[in-house]
Amino acid sequence: MAAVKTPRQKVANQLAIAAVIVIAIIFLAPIYWIGSTAFKPRALATTVPPTVLFQPEVTPFVKLFTRRVQLNRPVEPGAYEAAPWWEKRIYDGGERVLRVGEDVQLSGYPDRFLNSLIIAVTSTLLAVSMGTLTAYGFSRFRVAGEQDWLFFILSTRMLPPVVVAIPMFLMYRVVGMTDTHIGLIILYTAFNLSFSVWLMKGFIDEIPKEYEEAALVDGYTRMQAFFKIVLPEAATGIAATAVFCFITAWNEYAFALMMTNRRAQTAPPFIPAQVGSGLTDWTTIAAGTFLFLLPVAIFTFLLRNHLLRGMSFGAIRK
Amino acid sequence: MTDVERNRVVTTVALERLDPRSRAAARGWSDLTIRNMFIIPTIVFLIVFNIFPLLYSLGYSFTDFRASVSAPANFVGLDNYQRLLSDPNIWRNFTVTAKYVIVSVGGQMIVGFGVALLLNRSFPFKGFVTTLLLLPMMMSMAVVGLFWKLLYDPSWGIINYALGLGRFDWLSNPDMALYAVAITDIWMWSPFVMLLSLAGLSAVPKHLYEAAAIDRASNWYTFTHITLPLVSPLLLIALIFRTMEAFKSFDLPFIMSGQPTTEVVAIRLYKMAFQEWQTGLSCALAYIMLIVVIAITNIYVKYLNRVKER
Repeated sequence: MAAVKTPRQKVANQLAIAAVIVIAIIFLAPIYWIGSTAFKPRALATTVPPTVLFQPEVTPFVKLFTRRVQLNRPVEPGAYEAAPWWEKRIYDGGERVLRVGEDVQLSGYPDRFLNSLIIAVTSTLLAVSMGTLTAYGFSRFRVAGEQDWLFFILSTRMLPPVVVAIPMFLMYRVVGMTDTHIGLIILYTAFNLSFSVWLMKGFIDEIPKEYEEAALVDGYTRMQAFFKIVLPEAATGIAATAVFCFITAWNEYAFALMMTNRRAQTAPPFIPAQVGSGLTDWTTIAAGTFLFLLPVAIFTFLLRNHLLRGMSFGAIRK
Repeated sequence: MTDVERNRVVTTVALERLDPRSRAAARGWSDLTIRNMFIIPTIVFLIVFNIFPLLYSLGYSFTDFRASVSAPANFVGLDNYQRLLSDPNIWRNFTVTAKYVIVSVGGQMIVGFGVALLLNRSFPFKGFVTTLLLLPMMMSMAVVGLFWKLLYDPSWGIINYALGLGRFDWLSNPDMALYAVAITDIWMWSPFVMLLSLAGLSAVPKHLYEAAAIDRASNWYTFTHITLPLVSPLLLIALIFRTMEAFKSFDLPFIMSGQPTTEVVAIRLYKMAFQEWQTGLSCALAYIMLIVVIAITNIYVKYLNRVKER
């Protein structure tokens, strides 16, 4: 719209943009603070006034991945010289990296990160593949009581996690599935399935039926038409749905807290558990948080054109 | 193409094949088979892992079962429900939840819609800035809550420093904790309201504003008579959805504060089930919570369908 603007409107416009800049800075300050604390020397993490400019270092990440103990006597110069650069930083901080023989002892973080990855990826694959098939079924075939079934599917998503977790915990205990990967994968798949059906139904509804009908006339079977025509057309939608499911599973806290304690624990319950009662090393926690939030931040940018759709379960399309 | 026409085409193609018995095999599975194969696994999965557990816990809600001891469950009828509904502490949990919902959802609606109004114009890097503002809602509530504890720290937190509040106590102050958690929730979820508001605002036909300008309508009149009515369906969706989510909140208050003044229903339920092991009683509380959630969900879906039809 090439509207002719009065000077007053121009000023109002500029004021609004200035306000947007200020709000954006306030909104992003906490995220910046997480990122910057992850690269701070420990002594600068909790200063008054807060330290904004500093020489960044990766020591918090070294600490995040290793198990350490306090040095009770000064390190021998020979050992210090022989140590790799990252271990020197640990010595500098008055700590020693624990080793078993030559191997560095890893902290609990890498395992939890890997658990998060395994559980989020597997449950996403399951939820998206089942969801796509179901969405196609509802989109293309007549189903008695279609609206009721779709509502039923959506309503399972709205259940409070704690409410579902109590009976699931009791049932898992009977079959020995507490604190297992498969246990969390099932819960996350169930949680994401409804979302995946609703979102995929929106995407498949947008693919003209005529494409498949033409294929059927050409002698394709219904399955061939689905795999060779519908799926490629729906690829973008499938990718967007998958990223949404992944983020939900990746971020989930309540189920993970109640269903796991060690073997299958994911990062969200693990990271807060690191805040002890004594002096908390916020740089290490920030490093763990930073690594954990990074994939989601990247995905948000990849998803930006689908965010509205995803957040409204596919109901609102631009 | 209508269904009748399509069936005719399919039949014609099928009739070209010579052997009628190989017809089905040649054409693959029937549509009915495919439909059932595609839909039934999902329905069964959801029934087994969502509905069945709920029925299981409905049974337990009428017993004095404790998962921590091996004693068998005794049927106690409606005692659990009666006990919960007459317990002033449970009512306090619901009051805390209501207060939390009102403060945080109210804040999100105001901030989210306000920012959307500001963003609803063209400026350089608009898409980039909007996406940056959406980041908080994509993050893990537990991890965000943990980090806000550092921001709120009375001695060295940047919030006190930025606002010049000295050593003001946020999270360990019983009167303030709920608001502190709500502020974090507002920070996280205002972007959601903003996203829906922006969609609503961008759908307002520009010619309405031009007509209003020609009629020399005041900005306020334009806002209340054009903008608000056209955006309100999406605002309503945002409001109901956020209300439902805020009612269920667990992560943020649980991570951020251990105060009784922030003990929302979900936290009480968690403690009852997994710390006090009053399994039967907690199943009853879960059902009371569930009824409220189902009621809000119904309203939500009704409005979602209404918006979809537009």
